[in-house]
Amino acid sequence: MDIVPEITRQSITNLVRNDKREDGRELNEYRDISIETNVISKAEGSARVRIGGTQVIVGIKPQLGSPFPDTPDLGVLMTNCEMLPMADPNFEPGPPSDDSIELARVVDRGIRESELVELDKLCVEEGKHVWMLFIDLHIIDNCGNLFDACELAVMAALKSTKLPVATIVDEEVVINEDETFDLPINNELALCTFVKIGDKMVLDPTLDEERVASARLNVGVTKDGRICSMQKGGSQPLNKEELLSAVHVAVSKTKELIEHL
Amino acid sequence: MIYVENKDLVIPGQVLADDEYYSGRGTFKENGKVCSSLMGLVSLRNKKIRVIPLKSKYVPKKGDVVIGKINDVRFSMWDVDINSPYSGILPAFEVFGREKKELNKVYDVGDVLFLRVVDVDEIKKAKLGLKGRGMGKFKGGIIVDIAPTKVPRLIGKKGSMINMIKDKTNCKIVVGQNGLVWVKGDEDMEQLTKDVIHLIEAEAHTSGLTNKIKNKLYLAIDGEIPPEEVPEEEEEFVLEKPKLQNFKEELEQEEKEAEEEKQEEKEDKPGDDEEEKEDKPNIAEVIEELKRKNKKDNTFSYGESSMNSFILNNKK
Amino acid sequence: MSEMIRQDGRKFDELRPIKIEAGVLERADGSAYLEVGGNKILVAVYGPRESYIRRLLEPNTGVIRVRYNMAPFSVDDRKRPGPDRRSSEISKITADALRPALMLENYPRSMIDIYIEVIEAEGGTRCAGITAASVALVDAGIPMKDIVVGCAAGKVNDEVVLDLSEYEDKEGQADVPLAIMPRTGEITLLQSDGNLTEEEFAKAIDLAMEGCLEVSKLQKEALMKKYSTE
Repeated sequence: MDIVPEITRQSITNLVRNDKREDGRELNEYRDISIETNVISKAEGSARVRIGGTQVIVGIKPQLGSPFPDTPDLGVLMTNCEMLPMADPNFEPGPPSDDSIELARVVDRGIRESELVELDKLCVEEGKHVWMLFIDLHIIDNCGNLFDACELAVMAALKSTKLPVATIVDEEVVINEDETFDLPINNELALCTFVKIGDKMVLDPTLDEERVASARLNVGVTKDGRICSMQKGGSQPLNKEELLSAVHVAVSKTKELIEHL
Repeated sequence: MIYVENKDLVIPGQVLADDEYYSGRGTFKENGKVCSSLMGLVSLRNKKIRVIPLKSKYVPKKGDVVIGKINDVRFSMWDVDINSPYSGILPAFEVFGREKKELNKVYDVGDVLFLRVVDVDEIKKAKLGLKGRGMGKFKGGIIVDIAPTKVPRLIGKKGSMINMIKDKTNCKIVVGQNGLVWVKGDEDMEQLTKDVIHLIEAEAHTSGLTNKIKNKLYLAIDGEIPPEEVPEEEEEFVLEKPKLQNFKEELEQEEKEAEEEKQEEKEDKPGDDEEEKEDKPNIAEVIEELKRKNKKDNTFSYGESSMNSFILNNKK
Repeated sequence: MSEMIRQDGRKFDELRPIKIEAGVLERADGSAYLEVGGNKILVAVYGPRESYIRRLLEPNTGVIRVRYNMAPFSVDDRKRPGPDRRSSEISKITADALRPALMLENYPRSMIDIYIEVIEAEGGTRCAGITAASVALVDAGIPMKDIVVGCAAGKVNDEVVLDLSEYEDKEGQADVPLAIMPRTGEITLLQSDGNLTEEEFAKAIDLAMEGCLEVSKLQKEALMKKYSTE
């Protein structure tokens, strides 16, 4: 089902060789991006992001839980991704696929390593009670580049998240649903995804571009230009020059992406 | 008694007429009423009512010409994806007769072919063949994917639409009845043709489409709109399947062109290409502009149809 | 007694505000989005298509498969992702509710997949799912005898009322979800839980049917809006 016609492979490769793309974009240009936040009343934080025809919804739900023993005073982030069968005829119902787990982990890594969520402020009682944030990614329409759409959605949802105030009264946790505070965020981050087609790196790939690509590179960069996460995917290698030029583009494109937040 | 007019948009379950009317394709009779089973346009001829669907998957029929992709090579046949709930097979003997050859040296996985549906069995599996002019493997070009129900509109009455596009873009175009279209020409012209085909698909049920497309093409290629209007001879609703005849003509034309091209190729000297490019120095620019315009159009409709309405209500 | 005002200010026979939109996804063959009250439902349809699960296919007709799924963030306490007994049952009865309307004889040995995603839940998701799924099926060009529509009635404070909200569903005495083919009025889905007298049950059915007819109009409007050119 998912075999790319040979002539499609050729035509996309030829276009890219001449710095062109099937939808008329530049090699380093994003499709139209739109972000809405607070789209789900029952979630403490939520967002819907579209990049071109790609659409993802993310909801954030907090739960009180125990901290990890090695970080007794820090809250916990859990990122989960469902590549829903509604999003793509080739997505299957069932437990998360390897692709889905990779996607969730790459998105999570950027948020975690940039330390933009102030986890120490999610501690209710050291060693006993901390807020755990469940970040659930729902992929509803896959037209390529789920990575960047997901990272933007998580970022937007985190920024919209309001948590109830929890206090300790007589050694018991009391949650006051009427009183909330903004999830403390001290930075912003975006992910830029490239694929290698022929010997060029192409930003924000469409589905067909993803399918004919030989390799993929995700670069997560913060607003202040720190590179916080990377992942190389795909079956073929990248060379150092390709890597460095993509990172260079990512650092400048991140600012553009963050403006949408 | 009839409750609808010709070309009305109807939905499944809608009552169209009373008992004295005949129930055609896309309709059914129940309790003395003719009802629609599809979302589509009413086609009324004498006392027979049909509904032409707006969208529908391609179901193979004997004699159809289709574009298919080789999905697998087996011992004595190829498995072919024909953009349908039903896959096709191309038996080796349809290609070589009794000769023995290695199948994957002839057509391999991912190859795209122009094929004829030779037969359809009771479970709708299509047996495919290559008998007919212009049939076989495509080399180069692009594949454009449209709703199979929009194919007749793309072709137009007696090929008016498709021929106009071919003439203006200098692209070779082959249309499969399964909604796949092959386009080959200048790289930018291929992309322009693709955009135009998608526009026809999106606006298939609007009137004055041939002129609209013509203007778009002329504006993109010449930078100006042609003065004379083509009389729009009531072809807005050419939604019926074109007769195979049309396709045959198309094919013969293709074949001729292909042969001519072969001849030309033999005579071709290096440098010819460049000369052609110098002839039309600003094509790329004009196309860029059209694309920008298209983009604007797109964002507009996107904004209107999706952004405003598909809102997950905001929390206040 | 019919003058009673409900917890959210509605009259006994009043629906929550509804919004339906057809064709909201790029990849799916057909899709629909529906909001009713606080419910937000997204449905995608794929097919008719080939399926490698051969045992599910039938030689004389196409078959449908429904997957009803709730997003983890769709409810107050996060739901663990993946199917549970409740969603499996709803998937099954939804398929049963839609099947009588489908005309799939022309698509033997093919499969239609219907994916219902509850993005946010606020009581009555199964009826909302059926209503949205029908619109998505029409959008996909699937032949049908009618557009199935769902709506619930129930009993709250000893009163039979239409279209229970989440609060009413929790506090109420009975819930009767119903789906019909509106042209003939035939019932394709019926469940009931709680306590009803025979009269109350009859009244609930009448009320739910009226509600279905209201919602049916909105389904048709959504489809016409999507595809009319004017």
